Amino acid sequence: MPKYQIKEHKATRLGFGEALVELGHENPNVVVLGGDVTGSVRTDLFMKAFPDRFFSVGIAEQDMMGTAAGLAVAGKIPFASAYGEFATGRPFDQIRQSIAYSRLPVKICASHCGITVGQDGATHQSLEDIAIMRVLPHMTVASPCDYHQAKKMVKASINWNHPIYIRFFRDNSPVFTDANAQFQFGKADTLIDGSDVTVIACGLQVWEAILAEEILSNQGISVRVINMHTIKPLDADTIIRTAKETGAIVTAEDHQKHGGLGSAVAEFLSQNLPTPQEFVAVNDTFGESGLGEELMKKYGTDKDAIVKAVHKVLKRKKSS
Amino acid sequence: MKSFETSELKEMARQIRRDIIKMLMISKSGHSGGPLGLAEVFSSLYFNILNIDPKDPKWEERDYFFLSAGHLCPVWYATLARRGYIPLSELTTLRKINGRLQGHPAPAHTHGIPGIELASGALGQGLSVAVGCALGLRLDKKPNRVYVLLGDGELDEGQIWEAAMTAGHHKVDNLIAIVDRNYCQIDGRTDKVMELEPLVDKWKSFNWNVLECNGNNVENFVLTIKRAQSLKGKPTVVLARTFMGKGVSFMEDDYKWHGVPPNEEQGKQALSELAPTKFGDFIEF
Repeated sequence: MPKYQIKEHKATRLGFGEALVELGHENPNVVVLGGDVTGSVRTDLFMKAFPDRFFSVGIAEQDMMGTAAGLAVAGKIPFASAYGEFATGRPFDQIRQSIAYSRLPVKICASHCGITVGQDGATHQSLEDIAIMRVLPHMTVASPCDYHQAKKMVKASINWNHPIYIRFFRDNSPVFTDANAQFQFGKADTLIDGSDVTVIACGLQVWEAILAEEILSNQGISVRVINMHTIKPLDADTIIRTAKETGAIVTAEDHQKHGGLGSAVAEFLSQNLPTPQEFVAVNDTFGESGLGEELMKKYGTDKDAIVKAVHKVLKRKKSS
Repeated sequence: MKSFETSELKEMARQIRRDIIKMLMISKSGHSGGPLGLAEVFSSLYFNILNIDPKDPKWEERDYFFLSAGHLCPVWYATLARRGYIPLSELTTLRKINGRLQGHPAPAHTHGIPGIELASGALGQGLSVAVGCALGLRLDKKPNRVYVLLGDGELDEGQIWEAAMTAGHHKVDNLIAIVDRNYCQIDGRTDKVMELEPLVDKWKSFNWNVLECNGNNVENFVLTIKRAQSLKGKPTVVLARTFMGKGVSFMEDDYKWHGVPPNEEQGKQALSELAPTKFGDFIEF
């Protein structure tokens, strides 16, 4: 049995949409921008509840980011939302100048991230968004592991007075965290303790890591599983401690290997405590159409890939 | 502050031109042509039109001004200094390290100065921001107005027209966009680089009110903005005809002065064409 139980299956994007409605009731300054795909990114819930505070900008993500920045200048708390690639890649320059450099607390919330968006194919599989948001000064980057955490993260974001990017996934995914669990940006959750190796994961790969831990524990390997929901700023204390205590790291994410969570961890450890590390991520290639599960297997981001990476890093740990 | 009358606005415009020339002579870097062409527009905005308080740049009742074409900032810095947002002496620090007068403008809470709400420089972004700001103010039923200045070359950017559509769609009538229509951009005349005409029809077809005026004539400009303020139900754009390099004979209407500063000799020549004013220079040389 895995150490956590699946309570139900729900999408992280739904957690986002529901949190927005709650925030709408709690704070009259919360406003939401829509770029036509409201039903998909689940801002439709807010739109129906608060039509006056919902602004449609049409299929125009560059304009959406600028409009959000302007709403922030006027004292509003704007949430701008689109699919991952169109919320980051397309309006990158607008986010860079009008939001990040201008240091406006806009919440950029992207749904349909990662290869698991599946059958829509490579154009819609956002695998670069962590990298290009993480590189921006002033920007916070976060990725919740399930529906409950998505909800808590969105609710916490309104007191986070920085530009922030949060990535969600389309598909229903296991809900395994506690609805009442604490959440704090920049404070990672150690979900399973272990001493041989640490799997640091974010998003959907957190559940995969939990499944991998079960397999590995049956093989006599003690795995620590950490949910690094905030990729920037990284929880430096937790990473240093776990690198010291376990001496081997596997990172796992639904993103390109270059520039994602794995890169962030490697950048940090190489400067502070060089530690053998393996990356579970899409390896410098575009995706293709297929079911999310099939793609995770083919592109090496599922539990089996984590198990393999753990074996590999443990060999390196022994020989180092 | 009491609003300036026409004669004072004109004199302030001339002083702003002298300030721009001196700033650029000191920095040896920056844009000459566009800023010089906008002296009347900025003098009119900051000494007559905008409801602002330099002592309290974040005053809640303020009008919001966004400069979308960030490279025009020398005229903005000079104007903000003249209006009391920053010390006049700071105009010597344009584009200098550890200074606040960035090559392209930034707000005080990043690297920049009070009175600036948003970073600009990458073109095409300011209209979207102004629309968002206007929507936010309207939501709170506040009377503040939002102004944004766009370059005409900047209208090549697609985002401008996305924002124009959004403003028209939402009938954002607490917003006035001003286009610096000088027909010049870096590579040449705007009709050679990218034809903008029929420009009036373009804005109209995006559901905007369109007014045209002489942006180098303070009376005409102020009257046109007052007229724009009275229009309801749609956003309004003012196409302000200006001349790049206005006031300096050898720069006037010449796109080659878009992005270069005058050298020592050219600067002295320019100053000799712009008579000193009662406001006084920020530095003597």
